[in-house]
Amino acid sequence: MTTPSAIDAAPDRAARISAVTRRFGRGARWQPLEYLFWCLPVAAYFLFPGNYLLLSQIAITSLFALSLDLIFGYAGIISLGHAAFFGVGAYTVGLLGVRGVGDPLLGLALAALLAAVLGFLSSFLLLRGSELARLMVTLGVALMLYELANKFSDVTGGVDGIPGIEVKPVLGLFEFDLFGRVGYLYSVLVLFALFWLARRLVHSPFGQSLRGIRMNAERMPALGVPINRRLVAIYTVGAAYAGVAGALLAQTNQFVSLAVLSFENSADLLLILILGGTGRLYGGLIGAIVFIVAKHVLSDINPQYWHFWLGLALVLLVMFARGGILGTAAQWLESRRQRAQQAARAP
Amino acid sequence: MSIALQTHGLVRRFGGFAATDHVNLSVAAGARHALIGPNGAGKTTLINLLTGYLAPTEGRVSLLGEDVTRMPQHQRCRRGLVRTFQINQLFGDMTVLESVALAVGERHGLGARWWKPLAAQAEAVDEAALILERLGLLSDAYELTRNLAYGRQRLIEIALALALRPKVLLLDEPAAGVPTSESRELFEVIAQLPREVTIVLIEHDMDLVFRFADRISVLVSGTLLLEDTPEVIAQHPRVREVYLGESHG
Amino acid sequence: MTIVFDGIAFGMLLFLISVGLSVTLGLMNFVNLAHGVFAMVGGYVCVILLNDQGVPFLATIPFAVMVPALLGVVLERLLYRRLYEASALDQVLFSLGLVFIAVATAHYFFGARQQPLQLPAFLSGQFHLPGLDVGIYRLFLVVAGLLVALLLQWAVVRTAFGARLRAAVDNQRTARGLGIDVNRVFMLTFALGSGLAGLGGALGVEILGMDPEFPVKYLVYFLIVVTVGGTGNILGSLYAALLLGVADVAGKYYVPQIGAFIIYAIMVVILIYRPQGLFGRAHH
Repeated sequence: MTTPSAIDAAPDRAARISAVTRRFGRGARWQPLEYLFWCLPVAAYFLFPGNYLLLSQIAITSLFALSLDLIFGYAGIISLGHAAFFGVGAYTVGLLGVRGVGDPLLGLALAALLAAVLGFLSSFLLLRGSELARLMVTLGVALMLYELANKFSDVTGGVDGIPGIEVKPVLGLFEFDLFGRVGYLYSVLVLFALFWLARRLVHSPFGQSLRGIRMNAERMPALGVPINRRLVAIYTVGAAYAGVAGALLAQTNQFVSLAVLSFENSADLLLILILGGTGRLYGGLIGAIVFIVAKHVLSDINPQYWHFWLGLALVLLVMFARGGILGTAAQWLESRRQRAQQAARAP
Repeated sequence: MSIALQTHGLVRRFGGFAATDHVNLSVAAGARHALIGPNGAGKTTLINLLTGYLAPTEGRVSLLGEDVTRMPQHQRCRRGLVRTFQINQLFGDMTVLESVALAVGERHGLGARWWKPLAAQAEAVDEAALILERLGLLSDAYELTRNLAYGRQRLIEIALALALRPKVLLLDEPAAGVPTSESRELFEVIAQLPREVTIVLIEHDMDLVFRFADRISVLVSGTLLLEDTPEVIAQHPRVREVYLGESHG
Repeated sequence: MTIVFDGIAFGMLLFLISVGLSVTLGLMNFVNLAHGVFAMVGGYVCVILLNDQGVPFLATIPFAVMVPALLGVVLERLLYRRLYEASALDQVLFSLGLVFIAVATAHYFFGARQQPLQLPAFLSGQFHLPGLDVGIYRLFLVVAGLLVALLLQWAVVRTAFGARLRAAVDNQRTARGLGIDVNRVFMLTFALGSGLAGLGGALGVEILGMDPEFPVKYLVYFLIVVTVGGTGNILGSLYAALLLGVADVAGKYYVPQIGAFIIYAIMVVILIYRPQGLFGRAHH
């Protein structure tokens, strides 16, 4: 029934099995392409010295996209309101900064904590109901926060925002400069640290179970998995990550406004993640790079035209390149591999 | 002789319609118990009630002497009640080894561990590979599940169940959609399961049922018509009339 | 009491626009965030004919219905049809993309400003009852909305098309097996829903305004009507729209400092306890 292969032909059964198991988890080890990717932010530091603020934005958006990838690409939770956690993080830093609490790392920690609490509480709202209901709940929570921030604009600064947030030097040593150099290095380091953590998480048994939940949620309880607990956990983590991204934005720009909580923020984020490709960790990062660079390059065009192209890109992506950049690349590689296999089999 | 799985007056209604109507099923430990009945008799509904996927309208379910009626699916699974699905419920974008390793890992309680990679849990991976080897799936270990032939996928469905070391195994038409030549092989695997594992089997292929089962329950329109040894069932006029009269294969 | 009446009128508009979304969502399970675009098309058709061509207000209405309906047919056949099997996320993203395209196009052709609208004399003004100021146009809206609701309900319950529609909503595969041309039902329903949205958009210019951001501004309202009303449920959408209309108008009047927050909060609470909406059927 099974076609003989090099593996089956091996003489000893135990040798056969260990030949197979040895290969397992190669994906968990860092690949050369990954090392190459992380040279990019370093190279950018030297290649684009005048654009540190833009580069910081890329790093921050990458982290934000990563946070959505964790809950969506890995656990399958669609959110139209992820900006809620981003905004909570940003305003935590903003409101504390105005009162003189400006230590950056402390700000990150508090932002992560508050965003995580909000994420934890709202995750229970997502456990029941149809996909549409869950979508509406995520949208509703974000809209509620936006309205709250809007109504209390004497505290939050409303649409005009809170300018001049005080940010103390990182670790007491590195002061944030006007050119955004320190801000950029700081953002990239935070991004890398959290990315590294996320990478461990997705390759762990917990991460694998999330993939299982996304691929076939029905099967998982039949494997003894308490899926609700896992979903609450990852949603909380995703929220915390988004909160840190928001905090970074407030710290590097020393400014925060209602835009952080807007529906547009959530929608753009979805586009970025889809553009790069979900469920691959690097998709959000690549999508962020492409999106922000494109927006910057096209920024002199009337903002309405930007939205037209954005919309067109979305429609075309969904219809023709559903896997995004990484997904389409992976598909192409896979079909090449299969064709090579077939060619090798043909006598 | 102890009872592994039992229902007491189990009822499940959908609106006015009773898909399961006062079913009292009793499965002895170590039994090879088949559940047969015409299409629409409510066999899968009964399995869903046993595993906790559906909540009963009335009645109780007990597993290994414990009342599990209020217990959610995943907890019943942890107590040793494992099922396979009539239509494959697999993880399409995972490789075969990944899927089975996931199941084994969950059994080991690794599912909450987020720090070390799954690959580092060598025990789980080794055990998964062993299961694949036993089922002849080892050569497909690194193939994506969705790329495999249906018959192979059906074997993975069994592999997932075995990975959980079931005490009571509910097989929902394991040979469904599999060509007869391959279904013999499938049943070899099932027949070789240790005697301590209690097996409840839904199956339409009467050949396989009569060769495999030591006890048969006949389910018709949500009620248990009859329960007895294969010899008695084969002779029983009502069963012939209701069910065995239909062609099988 | 005037507040309640105004709220009802607002709710009627929301119903007119949202009912098509509810039916297509319940029928095709397609999350179409671009539904407001059809309302916008109807609104602009009405305004352009009225202001540029001098067509009397009521005479623009048939066009405001037909143009979006035709557009709906075209888009359904060319684009939407390909995504019926796609995931909810794909549908959300796709329809979001359509919204962006439509908004940008409207900006390009009509500019960002609010479109002015002059109502004919016989629809303007108000008359006074004890404790209640009745705006004539709002009364017109309420009557029109009720008529449409009754017509729809009759059409769905009594006509052959309605029977086919209900069968297809209930169980697509079985409906096909019964020889119902489900694709045609989809297309006609989509056209009907888009046409109704256009009607709502045109009738709503006086109350809701009309500018390129329309589909985004009111998107949440449409979604609330549909989720709270239960997808595919015409009367449910009506009740939900009326509730939302009254709640919104009353909320903005009595507690302006909180405004939309309460609406969203109530929606979230409803969806937690009854994910199928207040009036929808529970599935599984």
